Amino acid sequence: MYDFQYHKPASVADAVKLLADPDAKAISGGQTLIPALKHRLNRPTAVVDLSGIAEMKGIRREGNAIVIGALSRHDDVAGSAEVKAAIPALADMAAHIGDTQVRNRGTMGGSISNNDPAADYPAAVVALNATVITSKRRITADEFFQGMFTTALEPDELVIAISFPVPEKAGYAKMRNPASRYVMAGVFVAKTGGEVRVAVNGAAPCVFRQGEMEAALGANWSAEAVGGIKQDATDLNGDIHGSAEYRAHLVTVMAKRAVAAAG
Amino acid sequence: MNDVVPFEGIGASVRRKEDFRFLRGRGAYTADFNRQGQLHAWILRSPHAHARIRSVDVAATTGMPGVVTVFTGADMAKDNLGGLPCGWQIHNKDGSPMAEPPHAVIAHDKVRHVGDPVAVAIAATRDQARDAAEAIVVDYDVLPAAATLEAALKPGAPEVHGGVAGNLCYDWHIGDKTVLDAAFAKAHKIVSLDLVNNRLIPNAMEPRAALGEYDPTTGDYTLHTTSQNPHVIRLLMGANVLHIPESKLRVVAPDVGGGFGSKIYHYAEEAIVTWSAGKLGRPVKWTADRTESFMSDAHGRDHVSKADLALDANGTILGLKVHTYANMGAYLSTFAPCVPTYLYATLLAGTYITPVIYAEVKAVFTNTVPVDAYRGAGRPEATFLLERLMDVAALESGIDRVELRRRNFIQPDQFPYQTPVALQYDSGNYQATLDQALAAADWAGFESRRAEAAKRGKLRGIGCSTYLEACGIAPSAVVGSLGARAGLYEVGTIRVHPTGSVTVLTGAHSHGQGHETTFAQLVADKLGVPVAQVDIVHGDTAKVPFGMGTYGSRSLAVGGSAMMKAMDKVIAKGKRIAAHLMEASVDDIEFERGTFRVAGTDKTKALVDISVAAYVPHNYPIDEIEPGLEETAFYDPKNFTYPGGCHIAEVEIDPETGKVSMVNFTAVDDVGRVINPMIVEGQVQGGIAQGIGQALLETCVYDADGQLLSGSMMDYTMPRADDLAPVSVATHTTLCTHNPLGVKGCGEVGAIGSPPAVINAVVDALRDFKVRTLDMPATPAKIWGIINGGRAMAAE
Amino acid sequence: MPQVTLTVNGQTHTAEVEGRTLLVELLRETLRLTGTHVGCDTSQCGACVVHIDGESVKACTTLAVMANGSNVTTIEGLAAADGTLHPMQEAFREYHALQCGFCTPGMVMSAIDLVKKHPDGLTEQQIREGLEGNLCRCTGYHNIVKAIAAAAEVMHGKRAEIARAAE
Repeated sequence: MYDFQYHKPASVADAVKLLADPDAKAISGGQTLIPALKHRLNRPTAVVDLSGIAEMKGIRREGNAIVIGALSRHDDVAGSAEVKAAIPALADMAAHIGDTQVRNRGTMGGSISNNDPAADYPAAVVALNATVITSKRRITADEFFQGMFTTALEPDELVIAISFPVPEKAGYAKMRNPASRYVMAGVFVAKTGGEVRVAVNGAAPCVFRQGEMEAALGANWSAEAVGGIKQDATDLNGDIHGSAEYRAHLVTVMAKRAVAAAG
Repeated sequence: MNDVVPFEGIGASVRRKEDFRFLRGRGAYTADFNRQGQLHAWILRSPHAHARIRSVDVAATTGMPGVVTVFTGADMAKDNLGGLPCGWQIHNKDGSPMAEPPHAVIAHDKVRHVGDPVAVAIAATRDQARDAAEAIVVDYDVLPAAATLEAALKPGAPEVHGGVAGNLCYDWHIGDKTVLDAAFAKAHKIVSLDLVNNRLIPNAMEPRAALGEYDPTTGDYTLHTTSQNPHVIRLLMGANVLHIPESKLRVVAPDVGGGFGSKIYHYAEEAIVTWSAGKLGRPVKWTADRTESFMSDAHGRDHVSKADLALDANGTILGLKVHTYANMGAYLSTFAPCVPTYLYATLLAGTYITPVIYAEVKAVFTNTVPVDAYRGAGRPEATFLLERLMDVAALESGIDRVELRRRNFIQPDQFPYQTPVALQYDSGNYQATLDQALAAADWAGFESRRAEAAKRGKLRGIGCSTYLEACGIAPSAVVGSLGARAGLYEVGTIRVHPTGSVTVLTGAHSHGQGHETTFAQLVADKLGVPVAQVDIVHGDTAKVPFGMGTYGSRSLAVGGSAMMKAMDKVIAKGKRIAAHLMEASVDDIEFERGTFRVAGTDKTKALVDISVAAYVPHNYPIDEIEPGLEETAFYDPKNFTYPGGCHIAEVEIDPETGKVSMVNFTAVDDVGRVINPMIVEGQVQGGIAQGIGQALLETCVYDADGQLLSGSMMDYTMPRADDLAPVSVATHTTLCTHNPLGVKGCGEVGAIGSPPAVINAVVDALRDFKVRTLDMPATPAKIWGIINGGRAMAAE
Repeated sequence: MPQVTLTVNGQTHTAEVEGRTLLVELLRETLRLTGTHVGCDTSQCGACVVHIDGESVKACTTLAVMANGSNVTTIEGLAAADGTLHPMQEAFREYHALQCGFCTPGMVMSAIDLVKKHPDGLTEQQIREGLEGNLCRCTGYHNIVKAIAAAAEVMHGKRAEIARAAE
């Protein structure tokens, strides 16, 4: 990789100042950024290590929501008693992100800020209608994810925490890319306060909501309700491991399985 | 044997000696070596599959931090270096030699595949060398590429090498076409099948590395390299490329992290670091990134074939006709030309009585990484073809697939058996391995498992393959007559030290096979020296007299036989010394496991008494016998060895996703005498994992421009622990009749027997969908496509 | 240049590094602990796995500066001072869970973390899934799975010794 200045601020305020440099990059777990740097795909002048910032840590219940600090590692989320009790589907998702070593370093804030189309968390954030709390504002899930590797975050804006309303039901199922083990097609279904949301990840350049499935599940929460709904393959991803058409098919299969998992 | 010492000889699962260092992080792999004053090399590689190099401008690298120099192909050409040699010459049908275009160490006129070296930057650190490589400006005139077999064979296809018409390296054949045509004319049924043997990327876990050193005071060069055969590298690089005599070139292959064939060949980087070290007078080290491995290690397989099998009304095979296109890649790698010919077409009889076989093979240049031997090399391709064909023939002639095989097996009393494609099998019992495997896999009870799976919504299938391989490579005169430019004997030295411990020098090379243990067991068994007191030395041309290395499951059959022969010499000399010490006739001296005895008496001498006498020759027939107890033997095999057996795979398919899961795998292999059952089991398990990988997961994909789409582990599916199921491995032994150990070889059987077993099982699971042709790998998208109406489900 | 201080296998080291220096480079090149290997550049093979503060991480996907102040254990630090192998090392040998040895250090370090994360024991499937971050090209994993199962029993006090005879 190319060399860079390394900073480790102790507060969000200090981190944000350092990130005012447009060529600076924030790092938390580094599980996505470091491989990219190693391949010289990126040439930051400075890397700002967020891992020392206490305000971005911790998982807690606040009323009817679970608030997860951006620096929470996947392993923290998977093992959190609060998350397991309130949103077991989210804990289970975290337990199956990447591999053990990724889960020991990678963070929720890092994952959603990067918005890799094949990442897991964006589907949970969207389906659970979570609110992204940043150093500047609160952003709804629907506004946050804007496109492939693109979010509503401004360059000097950091995710501090993500607040997940506790759902009545939630479930997630995914098909992994056989080589990378990233998501090839995944579906997160949730019913929160009577509202059903269905988020699809992996299949398209960005996580998206499947409206037809939301309507069907709103009327009849059952795997059969989504089993007949075909995802339009237009605009879905295709690669050597599976065409857009295959991914579209998987969306239906994963939706059925996610509903079954949600109970 | 002493009761308290566990038996360590032939047949004991002795725990491995080498594990102590590997488990403590004390292995010494090439990348672990560092030298005083060492520089690092970074190879600038072509981003294009096919391009003319207009110019290479290195001006911008001058003065960059840490940068020492940049060498280009032109710099190498100035030193009159040779190109990378090919070790095997195939002849065309008309008797003319194959096309053998030059292979420059660093490309200087044209680049012919993505990854072809264009320049080498040398700097104090690896990052600085890479920085410099990025600053080199290469002006390419990009040319259309012939990226696949199909593209290279099209009329008017781009020529990979000027003057090689139609990109045809050779057009070779074996067998008698006239006899075949006559057999086909009488056939009751002809079963035809198109097959693709998917291209694989070996991916040994240790990326290749090389460290060159030069001592200006002596003129000695040393190369540490990730090689399966350091003596071969010394010969090829010294004689053909750098023109350094063997006496001035030491090649060391220290601990090597897996090879599977990909580390047999002489690669450009070895010559680059050795030559650069000489030019600069400083050690130069190169370590591949995995990304470089994908685009510079020789790939494997990549055949497109059409096969026709003629049967009579009883299902008896009358003849086999095969036409194969084999992808050579952009250049001829060291052993590439022999793989689709003498390691492939000669295997097409398999385990069956096939009166006549005719095979023609066209080898084709493409703008891709060179293709060469990968675990099994030619034999998996032959086995896949034959064992798929047998299943299709069974289905289409209404004969049970196991029964069809039985009807055509070479019978146990027919050995030695001469096939119509040159090989003469010495021993085997294919009925026995089949029966044992059927029982172990509960083949008879399968239908109830299929029914149970169906209740769970899964499609379950079972498949078998009754394979044969030829290994223990190889009789020198035979391979010489077939175009090999080397002998394929092996060398062993047995050095009995004065106090009775033993050092073995072997030309075989261990990169995972456990030679340090297995070979020590041979010594323990024959000379009675405990394994702990036997040290195996390999991988260093300065220590080992000579050697041809490890590949083709040859280490024990050829290297082990050399050791046995050397031990025979040690014993013969020991008997003479013992005769002197015990005042007996040498003819009366018997030897067994460390003890010399005067026949019919209780007069004995231990090996250590003899070794002490040999090195401290006070009471010694010095006029008749030289002091010392060390013998070297070269062993040239009399024939190939012929392992065979039966593999049975059981799979379940999730029809919703198309995902194939391995649920059971049973292997019964005849690998000849088993020295260390634990190690043999491990070798077979590993081979099966690679075979399952080929069948279900792995494939190398180039796009039409010759860009490698499966160029990283993010894109190329490496088998992981949860992709595989428990494997049941057993052996059924018939001894090899022509080597002193009776061994056949176990390194490749797993990769040879398993792919057709798995695909036959997948096809069986999909029987309702009438699948006839199923190219590997059987990925979820592909299987779902079949279930969903035969549509291809991977985007181009 | 940034300075890092970290404890590796019980010994404290201070070293000057670049921002871009990876932990694996610090271990292999500065500290000459070459037991930790590099087998890929996409963070998938796991040959470089070490423990940071008791948890497995890929040292090729960790900046050296990010390990500042931490406690690192590598394969070289597993065996007891008297040379006694860790039960996981012993199990790998006993069950022939290694061939070329290149993936072995990372595999062993991952396996120990896996066992520690499952104090109630591990099924075969959990072991296979738990090895997702480690590639082995030699063994087909079969013996690795068996070795980890045996070591887990010993590490959790459910079995006295690794020897297969104890099965």
